[in-house]
Amino acid sequence: MVHKQRQATPTILQTYLYNVQQTENTTLLQPFASLGNRFLYLLTDLGRMGIFLMNALAGIFRQPFRGREVLKQLRFIGAGSIAVIFFTALASGMVLGLQGYYSLHKFGAEGMLGSAVSLTLIMELGPILTALMVTGRVGSAMCAEIGIMRISEQIDALECMAIDPFRYLISPKVLATLISVPLLTAMFDVVGIYGGYLSGVKLMGVSSGAFFNGMMLSVTNHDIQIGIIKSFVFALLLVWISCGRGYFVLQIRGVGFGAESVSKVTTQAVVMSSISVLIVDYLLTAVLL
Amino acid sequence: MQTQEKSATSAQPAIQFIDVEKSFGDPGHRHRVLHSISFKVPRGKTTVIAGGSGQGKSVTLKLILGLLRADSGQVLVDGQDVTNLYGRKLRAMRTRFGVLFQGSALFDSLSVFENIALPLRERTKLTEKEIKEKVLNTLDQLDLTGHEQKFPAQLSGGMKKRVGLARALQLDPEFVLYDEPTTGLDPVMSREIYQLFERTQARLGYTAVIVSHDIPKVFDLADQIVLLNKGEVDAFTSPEEIKHSQKPYIREFAEMTMGDYRKTSQ
Repeated sequence: MVHKQRQATPTILQTYLYNVQQTENTTLLQPFASLGNRFLYLLTDLGRMGIFLMNALAGIFRQPFRGREVLKQLRFIGAGSIAVIFFTALASGMVLGLQGYYSLHKFGAEGMLGSAVSLTLIMELGPILTALMVTGRVGSAMCAEIGIMRISEQIDALECMAIDPFRYLISPKVLATLISVPLLTAMFDVVGIYGGYLSGVKLMGVSSGAFFNGMMLSVTNHDIQIGIIKSFVFALLLVWISCGRGYFVLQIRGVGFGAESVSKVTTQAVVMSSISVLIVDYLLTAVLL
Repeated sequence: MQTQEKSATSAQPAIQFIDVEKSFGDPGHRHRVLHSISFKVPRGKTTVIAGGSGQGKSVTLKLILGLLRADSGQVLVDGQDVTNLYGRKLRAMRTRFGVLFQGSALFDSLSVFENIALPLRERTKLTEKEIKEKVLNTLDQLDLTGHEQKFPAQLSGGMKKRVGLARALQLDPEFVLYDEPTTGLDPVMSREIYQLFERTQARLGYTAVIVSHDIPKVFDLADQIVLLNKGEVDAFTSPEEIKHSQKPYIREFAEMTMGDYRKTSQ
């Protein structure tokens, strides 16, 4: 009786699934399986990156503190980036001064140039361009270094010697980036404003007093705080993604093996860091402004 | 009571695999590397884990170290299940091991001296003077004196292996694991490296596990041979025992390799 009932009530889906099982024809289910598989992979990847970030931050406080390594990284990430940040800031500031002058000139509002240049630099361009330049110069190098250490079993060797790879390797880089990027951003802002001054005041003839007065009247502490918060968040994003991608080079799908995997993962890290910085910038601006 | 405990510990195998299974890959595309394998590694002896490529030899080493976790079964080190160890306990267990990696895994940015001194600097409270003394002593024993300021990129394959061994021995390990120690070395250098392993093991008395496909040369060192084939395992105490096995694949293995072994033994 029960048997008859079971035979009488299969739904269309059950019949379909039964047929699929019988014929092993999974072609129609394949896109769903593939989508599910990708989603699971994404969740796994996010999960391990989240744990990585927690370990990397906790490693800063684990003893013994690697002060010498932090100094070395500060030299590489911070001091080593001064020239590139200087020229990027000067060029951006000068272009801003020039563009700002032509736009404001149409409305006879050249006096607002100092305000426009300084606010744009402090709140947006300074943090973003510094983060992007540091990602290109340092993020790629960190990712490649850690990736090579992973594929040549150097990180396994650290673990086998019971040396915490986060405290030893990752956390000094994280700390040095968190210190360097906000300082480089501050330098970017100052040099950028000077660039705007050069093109706006010295080249286009805007009054020096109006330029600086406009700047002092419009830039508030809140604007500077936004710039500082952004630079910290971008620093964390870029060092997290760059180091994390290198650290998990063996677990990342579709990047191949050996040297090829490190090169692809490095490209991936730079692209992901840059895009994340831009997206998070929008979100932060929307929240903080 | 303490003596009883001590004798019980020494009777216990140093490392034991009990029904260990390990698979890799995504769900639906799992590739099972180890099928419920069980074997014991006797204390103070040298065990060679042999088998073809992709049979899971290096996986067994990573399971012992807790770098990989078994899907099921137990990996016991001195009776303690490594599959359940995490954090501080896992790190404490790892300090008892010295590992020589396939590619030596020396830190590129550190000199030979710094590479060997690293475990001492990070894991002990020795003074710089004591560390220097210990490292120079090891360098002398392994014929590496004069190379301490070189970087790994400036060393030959054989020298890298010796530096790797020197680093692995710094914390006076109870167990030393070698992953394909002669890969990329010429036959003469391979023999020298094996002789070095034999001398060091005899001097320090640790339990050694060598993963290798360098058959039959590696058998000269072995007190026990563990053969891995398609995820299954067979343990032998001598190459002769392998020859007399009833299993067809082992007989085939013996025919392919023991001919060479007889030649080298003569």
